[in-house]
Amino acid sequence: MTRPHLYLAAAAMLALVACSGKPSASSGPAAMAATPTPSTSVASERGDFGPPQGEPIHAVLTSPPHVPPPIHRNYPAKVIVELEVIEKEMPISEGVSYTFWTFGGTVPGSFIRVRQGDTVEFHLKNNPNDKMPHNIDLHGVTGPGGGAASSFTAPGHESQFTFKALNQGIYVYHCATAPVGMHIANGMYGLILVEPPEGLSPVDHEYYVMQGDFYTTGKYREKGHQPFDMEKAIDERPTYVLFNGKEGSITGDNALTAKTNQKVRLFVGNGGPNLISSFHVIGEIFDKVQPEGGTVAQHNVQTTLIPSGGAAIVEFRTDVPGSYVLVDHSIFRAFNKGALGILKVDGSENKSVYSGKEVDSVYLGDRAGSNLQAVTTAATAHAAGTLTKEDQIAAGKQLFAGTCSVCHQANGEGLPNVFPPLAKSDLLAADPKRAMTIVTHGLTGKVTVNGHEYDSVMPPMSQLTDDEVSNILTYVLNSWGNPGGQFSKDEVAKARAAAASAPAAEH
Amino acid sequence: MRALALACLGLLLALPAAAAEYAALPGGTFTSVLPADGKAAPAQVAPFRLRTELVTNAEFLAFVKAHPAWRRDKVARILADARYLTQWASADTLGDEVLPRQPVTRVSWFAAQAYCESERARLPSWYEWEFAAAADATRRDARADPAWRESILGWYSRPSTTALPQIGGAANIYGVRDINGLVWEWVDDFNALMVASDSRDQGDPDLLKFCGAGALSMQDKENYAVLMRIAMLSALKAADTTNNMGFRCAKSD
Repeated sequence: MTRPHLYLAAAAMLALVACSGKPSASSGPAAMAATPTPSTSVASERGDFGPPQGEPIHAVLTSPPHVPPPIHRNYPAKVIVELEVIEKEMPISEGVSYTFWTFGGTVPGSFIRVRQGDTVEFHLKNNPNDKMPHNIDLHGVTGPGGGAASSFTAPGHESQFTFKALNQGIYVYHCATAPVGMHIANGMYGLILVEPPEGLSPVDHEYYVMQGDFYTTGKYREKGHQPFDMEKAIDERPTYVLFNGKEGSITGDNALTAKTNQKVRLFVGNGGPNLISSFHVIGEIFDKVQPEGGTVAQHNVQTTLIPSGGAAIVEFRTDVPGSYVLVDHSIFRAFNKGALGILKVDGSENKSVYSGKEVDSVYLGDRAGSNLQAVTTAATAHAAGTLTKEDQIAAGKQLFAGTCSVCHQANGEGLPNVFPPLAKSDLLAADPKRAMTIVTHGLTGKVTVNGHEYDSVMPPMSQLTDDEVSNILTYVLNSWGNPGGQFSKDEVAKARAAAASAPAAEH
Repeated sequence: MRALALACLGLLLALPAAAAEYAALPGGTFTSVLPADGKAAPAQVAPFRLRTELVTNAEFLAFVKAHPAWRRDKVARILADARYLTQWASADTLGDEVLPRQPVTRVSWFAAQAYCESERARLPSWYEWEFAAAADATRRDARADPAWRESILGWYSRPSTTALPQIGGAANIYGVRDINGLVWEWVDDFNALMVASDSRDQGDPDLLKFCGAGALSMQDKENYAVLMRIAMLSALKAADTTNNMGFRCAKSD
């Protein structure tokens, strides 16, 4: 009821501020009071609340997707932030590793939370085992380079600089050592939240999600260690577009969680280096968005743009239980490059809002399963030369659940008159090898399976790598009464190549 | 008995230091990633000789024994930081973890310079080093070949949590080994690389340290692999040591 009034008041104050020109200059001294009243909700003003008070405070840093607890402090303090740069090899997808350069050992880097007006004493350490010099440019810093020049640090050394957090908001930080794009592409970014003096409104969950694009010499999901590819980065052709630095970082067992009728706040950043994110949560409408991390809120938003090197705060209420899928709605990035996350909402159904059918597998593909651990196991075994049929079947089962089960069904029975069965399939048994090219090149037109005719289109599953196809088909051949057998990655590669050259020869 | 054997081993390993090999390099006009005039002028490199191998732990141990002022427990802190030679078991023994033929790292610029003087040599200049590193096994200037660049970038993308390989990699056309892909190397003028010849043209001398200016320096995308080495050198002070910074010496012809 009181809401419209509040908006009016806020608008009036905004207008006032706008008329007075640069708000910070005129209102600075007035805002010097150590405890600004909570009602100054037009907190677009910069705030220098005077010198730090009390004992210095060591900032709590958290790894994604976690956010440090709210600051319940009513005075400006000196806050000490210690952040260590660590170069380390980590998985970027199942069975794929990458040498990340990190702030604090994670991608994105540790979440930093301070209060507007705080004096931040920043210590940047560069791990002795690192090869490269690094620095940090915090977009929340007012000063040349955002701290970059003052924090240029060789391996095994530490730099220190101090800044006052004058502006509230959510800000990206990143490494700015040349070549800047390469340092960012390797994962060197994170978020710093400068809380308004009165704090943020209370919510039930706060999460930290940050998108980034990654460039590897190998293809999407090509197994093994993948080096950085500068050419692809310059051409802006990412191999992966990911939330929190790893495919599956917030799906399966790692999904974000909430209960029904709770308020959720996401701090969503975009490290880039190249792509702008069209951030969307499938099945949710953002009740409130602070676009670009700014102070003026937007309401009832479906998709919000997050610039590279920018961030937003989005808030919504959970009404209906189920899995909500976080995507970059430049949608090929979600389903073919990895930009998927899950918010799992538990609670009782609310049929008056939504009838309640789950749509997981349609949207999630192979991310619908809880985890893809068996895929990693198979990739590791393949690299070690110890890959067994059982490894392949286990990996294939997980991949099948995502890619194939939507049409052929999890039990392999297919759907009558639409999608042919794979279970006890006479077509499969007659020529198991043909299955390889059906997967890689698709199948269009009439086929008869187990006495029933099907006339439909299976598109080429060209997004699947050779090793994924070999695992899926080995699983299919050894399930549901099929004759058994095994395909290797090499066999699939040959079949794919032969099928690719065959039509050209005919024409 | 065991100590005696170890001491003998140490002596044996120390011997090659006396006979460090230097390869003759012709020098000449050379297009550096750092133009001589700050714009486009090529660098002039006089003929010089360059150590074919990086200085090893065994060699540096022999040097420290002969010049105790450079022991890690004796060295002045303004000449080498607290990490100086800390990978060794003690001030005058390598220990089991450190191999004699690994390149010595965690040495400061001052210590490297002093070592080279003991070989009646000096550290190479950046241009000399860059000239030597431009070669591959068959060509004096292989920089246009993507394979040459990949070999550098491959090293950048390998984490350095495992032990350093030993020296003795493939030689380039001059007979110089391991110049790319094993360690960073000190150069004589490491702290002058960022100083612009004309600050009115160049703007801020600390070009590579800044986001925007750093991007400007990357206009020639083929150069970034080498520029990253310059960024590394420019991050250091002369007393600094790091896990991956070693050196080799040079002589004027």
